[in-house]
Amino acid sequence: MKHQSLKGLATTIALAAVVMLGACHKKTAPPPPPPPPPPAAPTASISVSPDTIQPGQSATLTWQTSNATDVSIDGIGAVQPSGTQQVNPNDSTTYHLVAKSSGGTQEATTRLTVTPAPVAEAPPQTSATEEDLFGRSVKDIYFEYDKSDIRGDQQSAIRTDAQFLNQHSNIGFTVEGHCDERGSTEYNLALGDQRASSVKSALVSAGVNASRIKTISYGKEKPFCMESNESCWQQNRRGHFVYQK
Amino acid sequence: MILLNLNLQMKKYRSTILSSTVSSCTELPDVSKRMDDIHRPVSRFTRFTSRAQLLSALSLLILVCSLFPARSFAQDWVRTGSGLGVDKVRLAVPDFKPSNGDSQNAELLKTFNDTFWNDLDNSGVVELISKSFYPLQVPGQPPEVTFGVWNSPPPNAAMLTFGNLAVAAGKVTVQGWLYDVKNTASPEVLGKQYTDVPTGDAVRVIAHRFADEIIFRLGGGIPGIAESKIYFVSDRSGHKEIWVMDYDGSNQRQLTHLGSVSLSPRISPDGSRLAFSSLTKSGWDILMYSIDLNRVVSFPHFGGTNLSPAWAPDGLHLAVSSSRGGNPQIYVCDSSGANLHRLTSNKGPDVGPVWNRKTGAQIAFVSGSTGLPQVYTMEADGTNEQRMTDQGYAVSPNWSPNGQFLTLAWIRKYGPGEPGSSDIYLMDIASKQWVQLTHDGGRNDYPSWSPDGRHIVFESKRSGKEELWMILADGTKLHQLTFTGRNTQPNWSWK
Repeated sequence: MKHQSLKGLATTIALAAVVMLGACHKKTAPPPPPPPPPPAAPTASISVSPDTIQPGQSATLTWQTSNATDVSIDGIGAVQPSGTQQVNPNDSTTYHLVAKSSGGTQEATTRLTVTPAPVAEAPPQTSATEEDLFGRSVKDIYFEYDKSDIRGDQQSAIRTDAQFLNQHSNIGFTVEGHCDERGSTEYNLALGDQRASSVKSALVSAGVNASRIKTISYGKEKPFCMESNESCWQQNRRGHFVYQK
Repeated sequence: MILLNLNLQMKKYRSTILSSTVSSCTELPDVSKRMDDIHRPVSRFTRFTSRAQLLSALSLLILVCSLFPARSFAQDWVRTGSGLGVDKVRLAVPDFKPSNGDSQNAELLKTFNDTFWNDLDNSGVVELISKSFYPLQVPGQPPEVTFGVWNSPPPNAAMLTFGNLAVAAGKVTVQGWLYDVKNTASPEVLGKQYTDVPTGDAVRVIAHRFADEIIFRLGGGIPGIAESKIYFVSDRSGHKEIWVMDYDGSNQRQLTHLGSVSLSPRISPDGSRLAFSSLTKSGWDILMYSIDLNRVVSFPHFGGTNLSPAWAPDGLHLAVSSSRGGNPQIYVCDSSGANLHRLTSNKGPDVGPVWNRKTGAQIAFVSGSTGLPQVYTMEADGTNEQRMTDQGYAVSPNWSPNGQFLTLAWIRKYGPGEPGSSDIYLMDIASKQWVQLTHDGGRNDYPSWSPDGRHIVFESKRSGKEELWMILADGTKLHQLTFTGRNTQPNWSWK
């Protein structure tokens, strides 16, 4: 079903965005080097420049330690007390430096973020946000059996939907009219058409521009729920919103 | 409940559907008056110019009655219909025999004999005598007929059909006869010979043709339906596409390959074009499929949701349900799609139009303008709307070939605590009296009348999933036609 796969895609993109944003924040965490007065505790710091690359590019890792007898970086191995090295990982990597001496152990980390090619990055990220917002904010409208008028308990959903849609006036969308499995195929398609139209006119009355709204009836051809009971039938008697743009 | 029998004898045709069982719910009407009532709507349009025509009309006669729920009865329905309580012509149908030693004979004979028997059995106009009553030696040629063993018990046949089949020189030849075995002096009613390519399909067509000849003679001069087709929707390819099959369920094949959702196939009166509704990029559109060209041909895009096309009997006009003006209403256009104009204007969704198949002067349709859908009729210009159904959920009207009756799908007892099922009903249009045709068998919908008016094909979930079933208009001979996938919305060809 089309709207479900769209929803899945949106979720994936949104998740990716969250991970990336999280990664960007994490980089500000690293440097905590307090040198203690007793004998000779080591100090250590590590940084990477640039801190974000694309696959195939390389970055320079720079580290400094003092008073350390044994310095190593996870994934690279034993290294000089201070130095630089080119790295070109394919995935985002956290470099973990450990400096040891008789006076103690000091650790430091830095993270190199590897992003997918930028062409794929920018546009989906913004539209995913908008579509995701649409999916979270715009509520489907549910109907009584064999009825296409907006019932009392759905009026607030219409108001919320209209409010969001008026705030995001660039979004185009489709209202799908759905019916439960009871009754005749042809009549249900006509009824679904009335349901979609009924949602459309309610939104137009609430100030949404009619040219943004497409309608389609699926009758009982594409049910959300396949069981034969009232709770399932209610799920299927709805005006379902699908983000367009 | 008062029952009476009408026995009208027309010896010339040995017709069988000459009697009707009438159930009357009110007072016992005068028989002749009742006959007048039933025939009045037709006599407006036609006069019976010949005995054959009168007989045709009579044999289609199905008197319909309202059945009030009788609480004192264990069951709340009785069987009514045509041909009940009357002896049909007893016909013996021994297997046709090979007339030479060709190796292909056996397989073709099996196809022929099965198809031929089924056609006659399904026809509803004869009583086939069980093969267990036949003598050991059955005839394949006229000289082999021994009248005495056929016209007396155990077979006690009135009629005997027999014949032979042979493959020779790349052709199959079938000879068939129909004998009146009680008339030993001049027994031959019919003798036919058919030649075609030796394939199962060709032999099946020969069986259909010969069966139709017999049914025409024994069934009151109404052409048989053995060569008619049924168009329907099947999802067995993974999508709902339009399919076609022979009337007996054989020879099923897929017509459309649109990979979308295609519904409501309606074949034109001449059988050359098929209108249907399909989900396209722009929504639900009426599409036109050419049977001759085997492809979808162009048809205008109306806008809105367009459903349930229906052919006028002249083949020149279509009625459709369209929401192009906002609300799904009934529209009429030329068969080319031009001159689209609206007929109904009410608040409910209107859908499922069907023309009076005999006159083209009225259209029946479904409207939800008063709540649950009900069946209405109107003149073909949109005037004189008449509500036909009084309660429940009534959809899918289909007009009988003689113009007198509607068949429809109806949940009469509808509502909370009323576990009504959708059943097939017949309704006499003039009196609005109805009779229930299917009982106790899942959800039934989309009845479609056969060209001879004796059969109805419909969609039923009685086997657990939607399949196509056939029943005689008197409620007998219910049998399943399709078994693969889900099959819905049958539409019987006009001839």
